[in-house]
Amino acid sequence: MSESQSSSPQSFHRATDVERGGLVRIVFDGRTIEAYAGESVAAALLAAGIRTLRASPRADAPRGAFCWMGICQECVIVADGVRRPACRLEVRDGMVITPGTVP
Amino acid sequence: MTDETDLIVVGGGPAGVEAALAASERGLSVRLVDEAPQAGGQVYRAPPRAFGAKSQQKADRLGVALRDRLCASTVQTHFDHIVWSVSPGYRIDALGPNGAVSWRARAVIAATGAQERVVPFPGWTLPGVTGLAGATIMLKSQGMLPGGLTLVAGQGPLLLAVAMGILKAGGKLAAVVDLASQAEWLADWPAIASRPDLAWRGLSWQMALRRAGVPMLYRHAIREAEAKGDQLLVTLGPVDAGGAPIAGPEREFLVDAVTVGNGLTAATDITRLLRAGHRFEALRGGWVPERDEDFRTTLSGLYVAGDGAGIAGAAAAAIDGRLAALAVAHDLGRLSDETYQRLTMPLRRKARKAKRFGTAMAKLMALRPAQVAAIAAGTIVCRCEDVTRGEICAAVREGARGVNQVKAWTRCGMGPCQGRICGDIIGQLVTGTGNARVEAGYFTGRTPFRPLPLDELAPPIAYGDLQLPPPAPL
Ligand SMILES: Cc1cc2nc3c(=O)[nH]c(=O)nc-3n(C[C@H](O)[C@H](O)[C@H](O)COP(=O)(O)OP(=O)(O)OC[C@H]3O[C@@H](n4cnc5c(N)ncnc54)[C@H](O)[C@@H]3O)c2cc1C
Ligand code: FES
Repeated sequence: MSESQSSSPQSFHRATDVERGGLVRIVFDGRTIEAYAGESVAAALLAAGIRTLRASPRADAPRGAFCWMGICQECVIVADGVRRPACRLEVRDGMVITPGTVP
Repeated sequence: MTDETDLIVVGGGPAGVEAALAASERGLSVRLVDEAPQAGGQVYRAPPRAFGAKSQQKADRLGVALRDRLCASTVQTHFDHIVWSVSPGYRIDALGPNGAVSWRARAVIAATGAQERVVPFPGWTLPGVTGLAGATIMLKSQGMLPGGLTLVAGQGPLLLAVAMGILKAGGKLAAVVDLASQAEWLADWPAIASRPDLAWRGLSWQMALRRAGVPMLYRHAIREAEAKGDQLLVTLGPVDAGGAPIAGPEREFLVDAVTVGNGLTAATDITRLLRAGHRFEALRGGWVPERDEDFRTTLSGLYVAGDGAGIAGAAAAAIDGRLAALAVAHDLGRLSDETYQRLTMPLRRKARKAKRFGTAMAKLMALRPAQVAAIAAGTIVCRCEDVTRGEICAAVREGARGVNQVKAWTRCGMGPCQGRICGDIIGQLVTGTGNARVEAGYFTGRTPFRPLPLDELAPPIAYGDLQLPPPAPL
């Protein structure tokens, strides 16, 4: 259990001794999420409790960030119309993101 | 548009930066290209630029020094540029923030580092299960915890580093699960102690984890993970020295996240694409480019350095980079034989010392074949295409020879990661037992090295935005 360090409005995922960039808002699958400049989309979504970023093509199983270094492509999402690995893409205010599931 | 320099270094980790600096000190014109926003590589990854001064100050001092020296040099740097192809001659194609670019160079040093290897278990594809090396990025660069309560499993030095990172960032640990026994760590102690700084850090971390009451399970591995709502139910069990599960009490942990890793494999995209010679070295992370003592590959003008030349760690990578750069300067006729010998001798000595420590770490990180042999038939091995162990083994039984044929028959390794995550495991599965890894071979190199948004390469074209690699030859 996450014996909630999440009493602060911030996510318990975010280490507290880190000085982040300015507040930005992004939208994932219709939900507005607050994040900080400099964070990757994958990290910002993780902090908001979102770990499933797409479904796999054959088994249609949930997938999320795995390697965090731009290799595995498990974290691919569609950001402002372009497919990108979420772990290598920095959040930008107003960014609109949808899951990277290939229809 | 192309624009020629003496040397292009691909990769701005310790190997690539030292290579670029050493070459420019010898008067060569040098470009350094990296897909990351700043130099440092995996080990000295810089905090994002938008993070505040306090975060910047916490960056590893060695990394800051590396970036400062690079800044003060004549090296032309191109960050945020993904190199997606290298062709003979040499021509480098990259995609950066302003679109496609290409450059020419008389020599290339591939210093592309390593990627993580994870031995598959049922549930390793669930969201919330991430790589151990990947967790270092989360922690160090993003200041982000993988979960509230995290289980850290696998093998090698990153286990303790990640566990400590989680504790320091205020996270909680369910357990640290090590494939190795404590005796294995001790057996390599003399070599580990050749780096007293790191040996001491390792010891103090172990003590800190014990003090924090974290269960440390040696000779154990994850049997399976199952989704329970937002959490993961992880079953652990004992293993033997080869990594095979053995009878004994199993333990269950309900956790928020799992980070797991079984060592690193060399990133050999460039040398495989150009068909340089490779050899199999289990202690260097599997298939590595053939290279001489100064990191010349079998192709004239192509050099390798750092973990991409075989896993040996950050200290060795920096020295390798310098040796490779001196070889380039010599081979381009910019360094006399005598000067070359004089400069390389002391470096080679240092390289041997660094390698001693690197080899001790590599032993702890090496793949344990019996662990791979025990993967259940229904377990997904290739994440991209959802190909199971059973399907891979069926292809082998039906006569597929070598990893490239298995790939053509089953699609394993054909997805967007191009087999970087599963390649070493598939090689091991195709081989079965014995020393036949050489016959099983390695996945043929393909371009682009990463899936690229096609519209950025050729703006008028609009069919889909993923450029997938072409199928492998049979
Ligand atoms: C995810 C990860 C985390 C790690 N964390 C640690 C750690 O915390 N501590 C530790 O001691 N060791 C760590 N390691 C081990 C690490 O590999 C070495 O210690 C060290 O970083 C090796 O240095 P290098 O210069 O050979 O490669 P790296 O430092 O990996 O540098 C390679 C560089 O090449 C770039 N690159 C690769 N391919 C391309 C391309 N196609 N186009 C453009 N750029 C490219 C990468 O962005 C990277 O910056 C980690 C390894 C991995 C894979
Ligand atoms: S997590 Fe692997 S590419 Fe992003």
